Amino acid sequence: MTVSSDATRQRRFGLVSRIWKYLLPLALIALMVAAWWAAVTISRTPYFPTPLQVLRGIVELLRNGTLVQHVSASLMRVTIGYLAALMVAIPLGVLMGWFPRVFRAVNPLIQLLRPISPIAWIPLAILWFGIGNLSPIFLIFLSSFFPMVVGTVSGVHGVEREYIRAAMNFGITGNRILRLVVVPAALPQIIVGMRIGLGIAWLVVVAAEMIAIDSGLGYLIIDSRNAGNRYDLVVAAMVIIGTIGFLLDILMRRLEQLEEVRWRYAR
Amino acid sequence: MRGSISAKGLYKGFSTITGFLPVIQGIDLSVASGQFVALVGPSGCGKSTLLDILSGFLQADRGEVTVDGQAIDGPGPKRILIPQRASVFPWMSARRNLDFVQHHADEAEKARLTQHYLQLVGLQEFQHAYPFELSGGMLKRLEIARALLVKPDILLMDEPFGSIDALTRLKLRNELRRLLTVERHTVLLVTHDVDDALHLADRIIILTERPAQIKHIVEVPFGHPRALASVELATLKNEILTDLGVSASGPEEAHELASRHVSA
Repeated sequence: MTVSSDATRQRRFGLVSRIWKYLLPLALIALMVAAWWAAVTISRTPYFPTPLQVLRGIVELLRNGTLVQHVSASLMRVTIGYLAALMVAIPLGVLMGWFPRVFRAVNPLIQLLRPISPIAWIPLAILWFGIGNLSPIFLIFLSSFFPMVVGTVSGVHGVEREYIRAAMNFGITGNRILRLVVVPAALPQIIVGMRIGLGIAWLVVVAAEMIAIDSGLGYLIIDSRNAGNRYDLVVAAMVIIGTIGFLLDILMRRLEQLEEVRWRYAR
Repeated sequence: MRGSISAKGLYKGFSTITGFLPVIQGIDLSVASGQFVALVGPSGCGKSTLLDILSGFLQADRGEVTVDGQAIDGPGPKRILIPQRASVFPWMSARRNLDFVQHHADEAEKARLTQHYLQLVGLQEFQHAYPFELSGGMLKRLEIARALLVKPDILLMDEPFGSIDALTRLKLRNELRRLLTVERHTVLLVTHDVDDALHLADRIIILTERPAQIKHIVEVPFGHPRALASVELATLKNEILTDLGVSASGPEEAHELASRHVSA
């Protein structure tokens, strides 16, 4: 066996595995769409749209500019609410994880509030912030705050004792240990919390926009149903929500490829 | 030269759910600067606790530890502990791990020292590699380089070859010996491997089962390199193993045992 034929075989194997990587999930999606199409055609339902009608709905929303408007409204709310949560949750999580007293003081409150669904806060959010951007932003803040704070605390608690002792041994003390050792060591877990937080934020923005505001993808769903049972647009909005959620997750997964956290995912 | 250790009347115990657990009971220890001392004892006897006390990470319940006549107050770069589990930072490359511990040095000096120590342990071509990309032996060498770089007076090594295969262990042992001829430090090595102790140490302290007490001190008055198969070392090994309650064979059997061990 020659080296070049080995290399060709390896290249071929790489290509085949890459094709399978994308082909398999795409085939599954195609299968689902086909089943959906068949179910609608066989049942002859007047309400539920076919995939083609949904596609036409997306094109219609794109052409009249509503889609861009609603998508940007939702993304803007998620960005503000999520970033605000990030800025509070991560420092708080680091402090809770590092200082036992802070943990003992704050953790019961966190655990008390965490199980309350963000949706349950909607009436209070409207009462406090009224109908407008602030209510959904507040709900997004709440929904992404808890996974991030819990992820950060668990990351800090999980930092290997050897790293902290090594730093102390080499004369690194106080805040420098926190900044240069604890945070980098906890970073992979912090990123997991950030990823979960963003996923939940995206779920919640849609729910909040159905009730507390008159723009965004959630509003588009409710409005399409109310304005003449346009279920093609309802499902079109759902497809867009799913696609954006998927893209956001890909974006967050890219963080896992950062040089600083690659060690955690290396096999 | 600095780095003499003196410990007098050390006692240490821990509160557990089943009550108080005495771990160290009345240890007196004296290590001259530049000496290589191995602490050998049964698993769980308190060797690591003793090392933690000597490095300043733990305080003894009773007794006193001084280094060069000064009582120790916490860990510091003059006494570097190399733990059994890897403690190099996994989010930093090999080079950055070495740069990181020189937080007071200027950039040029930092770079010079880092390159020097990477070369000393044979990791220069792996300077950009991350710890997870290095083998167990390379990781240990990186750990040793990082420790030597800050020029400690004392090196405290807790089972440094613990999780390493036999062949790499043998190589590392020789490498450590070579490094210690280049730079002299006081070394305290905790090991459960009598061969490691005999190969490296000037003196071997044998500890009892927990709570640890000094059972026997064996001087190893031989130069380096040492042949573990020699009758003298085989006899010493047998003496130590007998102390540890492992073997009661005569010197001839011990010699044969040691030869077989080395040829394996």
